Amino acid sequence: MADEIQELSASAAAAAIADGGLARAELFEHYRARAAGDELNAFTWVAEQPPAPVEGPLSGVPVAVKDLFCTEGIPSQAGSKILAGYCPPYTATAVANLEAAGAPVLGKTNQDEFAMGSSNENSAFGPVLNPWDHSRVPGGSSGGSAAAVAAGLAPWALGTDTGGSIRQPAALCGIVGLKPTYGAVSRYGMIAFASSLDSAGPLTRDVADAALFYRHLVGRDSADATSVAFPEAIEIPTGERLDGITLAVPTGLVDGEGIEAGVRESFEASLETARSLGATIVGCEIPSARYALSAYYVIAPAEASSNLARFDGVRYGLRVEEGRLDEMYTETRHDGFGAEVKRRILIGTYALSSGYYDAYYGRAQRVRTVVARELGAIFESADFIVTPTSPTVAFGLGDRTADPLSMYLSDLFTIPMSLAGTPAISIPSGLSEGLPVGLQICGPAFSENRILGAAHALEQAIGFDGSPARGGAS
Amino acid sequence: MIDRDELLHVARLARLALHEDELDATAAELSSILEHVAVIEELDLEGVEPTAHIGDVSDSLRADTARPSLPRDVALAPAPAVRDDGFLVPSPQGE
Repeated sequence: MADEIQELSASAAAAAIADGGLARAELFEHYRARAAGDELNAFTWVAEQPPAPVEGPLSGVPVAVKDLFCTEGIPSQAGSKILAGYCPPYTATAVANLEAAGAPVLGKTNQDEFAMGSSNENSAFGPVLNPWDHSRVPGGSSGGSAAAVAAGLAPWALGTDTGGSIRQPAALCGIVGLKPTYGAVSRYGMIAFASSLDSAGPLTRDVADAALFYRHLVGRDSADATSVAFPEAIEIPTGERLDGITLAVPTGLVDGEGIEAGVRESFEASLETARSLGATIVGCEIPSARYALSAYYVIAPAEASSNLARFDGVRYGLRVEEGRLDEMYTETRHDGFGAEVKRRILIGTYALSSGYYDAYYGRAQRVRTVVARELGAIFESADFIVTPTSPTVAFGLGDRTADPLSMYLSDLFTIPMSLAGTPAISIPSGLSEGLPVGLQICGPAFSENRILGAAHALEQAIGFDGSPARGGAS
Repeated sequence: MIDRDELLHVARLARLALHEDELDATAAELSSILEHVAVIEELDLEGVEPTAHIGDVSDSLRADTARPSLPRDVALAPAPAVRDDGFLVPSPQGE
């Protein structure tokens, strides 16, 4: 029975519970036991008991929640020493929406500190291991969520994406990850990194699971003034063809340096698959793409330097006792934040400081306008932009920690969509050297239904087998 | 691009202590990042408006009605130090 439960997708498990073939308690205990026995360091907290059942369309299928989300009475530490042991007095709207739809919280997942990183190595609670190869990173910053789903320690997971933090770990772990249109999911209770970019979304085994999860995640929230009502119901995709669909490939970007041959091969094979399903492939250019990365690494740290000012040892979290108030602030932040977080706070503070604001933050915001315009122009004649999600497969633990810039390059393909606020999904396109490669499909704002539809058709045709990461199909 | 004095100035603005043995390495890392992001200087952005935020958030006021908020004891519970229903902090002047 355990193996049968393990092989069920989240949607299939929900259906099995709804029709009486599977007991809620049995499903919860199956995943609770697996999460508690986690050898990947994917979880930072696991429930000991299932919470009181809530009737709803998600039927008790448990969800792993990235530790960036506040969960009432449950540790919410954002991968940071400065929040070690912190149990918030309220729950984030995204989590509350899933709970209200019937999905209990299974556990909290490890992440790069305050979602700053692309390898999950910037966590105060230690790195997460990639289930496909334990000597490699799972990607980040939602690395714990991605590894937990890929390894079958959770049926699905909630993550966040500011510059690629859902899509890139989904790609490196061989699962599906959806970054929504900016504002479609409430940010209330999601510990803020870069408020104009942060978005919450699903990490799942397949595209249908992503659609079901996302259906219950979206919605306007009076507690988040930037949230918007999704203009249509999220549908569960069933299509298997791409007739009449035009996919645009940003040629200059995809042919650039730094892209592994195996990734390129897998990407080209998926384009062939798309063609065989009826799609038309055209070339396009995003001339601002290389500037987008730089603009992002000004805008995100600038917003972070402001958001992270709240961690000062007064209201929650770590306090380092020193003589005067200002010394308490500065020493608490010195001891509580990790190296990458400090770097970004300093870069952001510098970029916003008198004399540099126009040269850095002002210019970066103008680059952002250019990026959004360029993507918009492509969508006038194409349905989707497609790229590899990450230029490389999962890299080795420690390979990029010495050079922050080499880590930043992981986000080359995911950042333009973050700056433009447009939705994008990563689905597995195959393996290179035995490790998963991700395909990114991006559409205009609020095109999630169409993205999920195209992703489903490609997923069915590609037929990726993620079971090796779960310890084999057994 | 960033020297020690400038770094210490920025760290003060950020309320972040940097210890003596951290200064040189941090200055070097920040300089290399700033050098990389400086490519945005190449772009001709004449006449391009800045984007602070995607989407329209101009009309998002809710009704001005009173509703319950977190009880004081619940809001104070995670604080490192509390006295008389408030957050307790060290004196700005020292002991």
